[in-house]
Amino acid sequence: MRKIMYREAISEALREEMARDENVFVLGEDVGRFGGVFQSTARLWETFGPSRVMDTPISEQAIVGAALGAALAGLRPVAEIMFVDFTGLAMDQIANQCAKFHFMTGGQAVVPVVIKTQGGVGIGDAAQHSQSLEAWHTHVPGLKVVMPSTPYDAKGLLKASIREDNPVVFIEHKLLYQTVGPVPDEEYTIPLGKADIKREGRDVTIITWSKMVLDCLEASARLEKDSIDAEVVDLRTLAPLDLETIVRSVEKTGKVVIVHEACKTGGFGAEIAARIVENAFDYLDAPIKRVAAVDTPIPYAAPLYRAVIPDPEKIVRGVKELF
Amino acid sequence: MQTSKETKLDLYRVMLRIRAFEEQGFESFRKGLTHGVLHLYVGEEAVAAGAIHDLRKDDYITSTHRGHGHLIAKGADLGRMAAELHGKETGYCRGRGGSMHIADLSLGILGANGIVGAGVPIAVGAGLASKYKGLDRVVLCFFGDGTIATGAFHEALNMASIWKLPVVFVCENNLYGISVSIKKACALDTLAGRSAAYGIPGVCVDGNDVLAVREAANQAVDRARKGDGPTFLECRTYRWYGHFTADDGKYRPDEEVRYWKEQRDPIKNFAAHLRDTKEAAQEDLDRIHQEVNQEIESAFRFAQDSPPADVSEMLKGVYHRAAGL
Repeated sequence: MRKIMYREAISEALREEMARDENVFVLGEDVGRFGGVFQSTARLWETFGPSRVMDTPISEQAIVGAALGAALAGLRPVAEIMFVDFTGLAMDQIANQCAKFHFMTGGQAVVPVVIKTQGGVGIGDAAQHSQSLEAWHTHVPGLKVVMPSTPYDAKGLLKASIREDNPVVFIEHKLLYQTVGPVPDEEYTIPLGKADIKREGRDVTIITWSKMVLDCLEASARLEKDSIDAEVVDLRTLAPLDLETIVRSVEKTGKVVIVHEACKTGGFGAEIAARIVENAFDYLDAPIKRVAAVDTPIPYAAPLYRAVIPDPEKIVRGVKELF
Repeated sequence: MQTSKETKLDLYRVMLRIRAFEEQGFESFRKGLTHGVLHLYVGEEAVAAGAIHDLRKDDYITSTHRGHGHLIAKGADLGRMAAELHGKETGYCRGRGGSMHIADLSLGILGANGIVGAGVPIAVGAGLASKYKGLDRVVLCFFGDGTIATGAFHEALNMASIWKLPVVFVCENNLYGISVSIKKACALDTLAGRSAAYGIPGVCVDGNDVLAVREAANQAVDRARKGDGPTFLECRTYRWYGHFTADDGKYRPDEEVRYWKEQRDPIKNFAAHLRDTKEAAQEDLDRIHQEVNQEIESAFRFAQDSPPADVSEMLKGVYHRAAGL
């Protein structure tokens, strides 16, 4: 199978969906000729022109609001918010408008809007360009939240998100754009709400998503040397949550480590831990462990930010605490 | 602009319908038949009636927390509106939305909205869709004077202007944002002056003169429909009641309220115009009044007789085509 980069998988998904359905269009800051600051909309402008790959002013609220209005009038917008840190600027339109319109109108309004954004710690982007804010969005009923870790998942999930008739917050990771992975030539989609077991194991369930999947896989390889066989569950979609896959894995291993790049307090890991306690408590033979970022703004200097976010070493340590 | 007698009588009827709906809504609220809050449109009827009268069915409107008037003028079903206030299953939103979220997508009503300013970017998006699809649908975007201080307003007007979208921004300047006078919230004498910053024409009209509103709105709509871009239309008006049902509006001078109610009542003054021009006798106006009262009575009876909102159905409404949570 051919191998392509995560960002290429994303632009390919957009390209295919735009070719398939003329109602699909992209709007956002620098998405046009420039191709996006992470090049995830590269060369779409050349193919589809400025009316379908729309450069907007720096107006996050109006980007999402216009996407909603366009969706109510029959289009299927992909609204890019350059950094998930900037979704705060658009939060009324995301949380009060997009998320609630279908419900508030008694089911009349259909809101096929993808809010495409990216987050996570990169290489020194500091406190306002490095956050993992998925929990803000999972806390709002009406939104779906997708966080792919591989080129294959990114393409299939983005295509499914564009075809979805509900608002989707699609969060890429800035350190994944240049990662490479197998993506078939043939068309495919991946349904939202299905986790993927990226590594099967018997001894411990590591539940994670986005870039931390890679760190957990590396940690699992190291743990294998210590005869700990870890299962890595990549949630891929946080809302809706694939609780069934989680419970099945916990039943098998009896031990759970939740790993996320977001800070620990109020992170989505807390929700998963609670769900496991509610639904799979009897399978547990150890306390649930969370490996998450320290509760601090993301610092600038490399030694500082490395101290804040999880890495394979910290994940290995966290897992070993259960053995 | 010449206005036919039929059009004038229709404008009169729409204004009466709005006022009667609001008065009956307030009455139902006082009796405890509805709850939540109502933001009554009484006093501002000429804006909705005049601006919306000549819109096509497939044109869009976005509305506000004070939205009943816009919805009625766009042709929303009075019974389903009343049922929504009563939290009934037959309401426009099946009891999930209430007064501030009534929408009728089939009539191009993209929703009242509980967040000040939020409808403005949504209107821009609907205008974008119209242009994108090569259609000539126009969007009338209603908002109050309070909205012009929001970021959403600024972002949206700029976007509509640079993309030359078919949106008419109708600012209902009722002089107060809840309790704060517009003079304390905006340094301009005329809110329409804001439009210059976006390269959009700005027009200010007497919002209590239904014919003036209609003429100005129609010019702006024609301009938008031709592809010449947005217009900002400020309509000066006044709300008779407080901001919402629990607000007695005492922050406004008594003589000011009295002036607007007694001398600037858009309905009473238009009735006088119709009599002066001999386009209607008092009996004609009385007959319209009776017909409207019957409509309102039957709408609210429908609401009261309808079944309550269905709890078992509610969870299916969070996501489109969701089987449950």
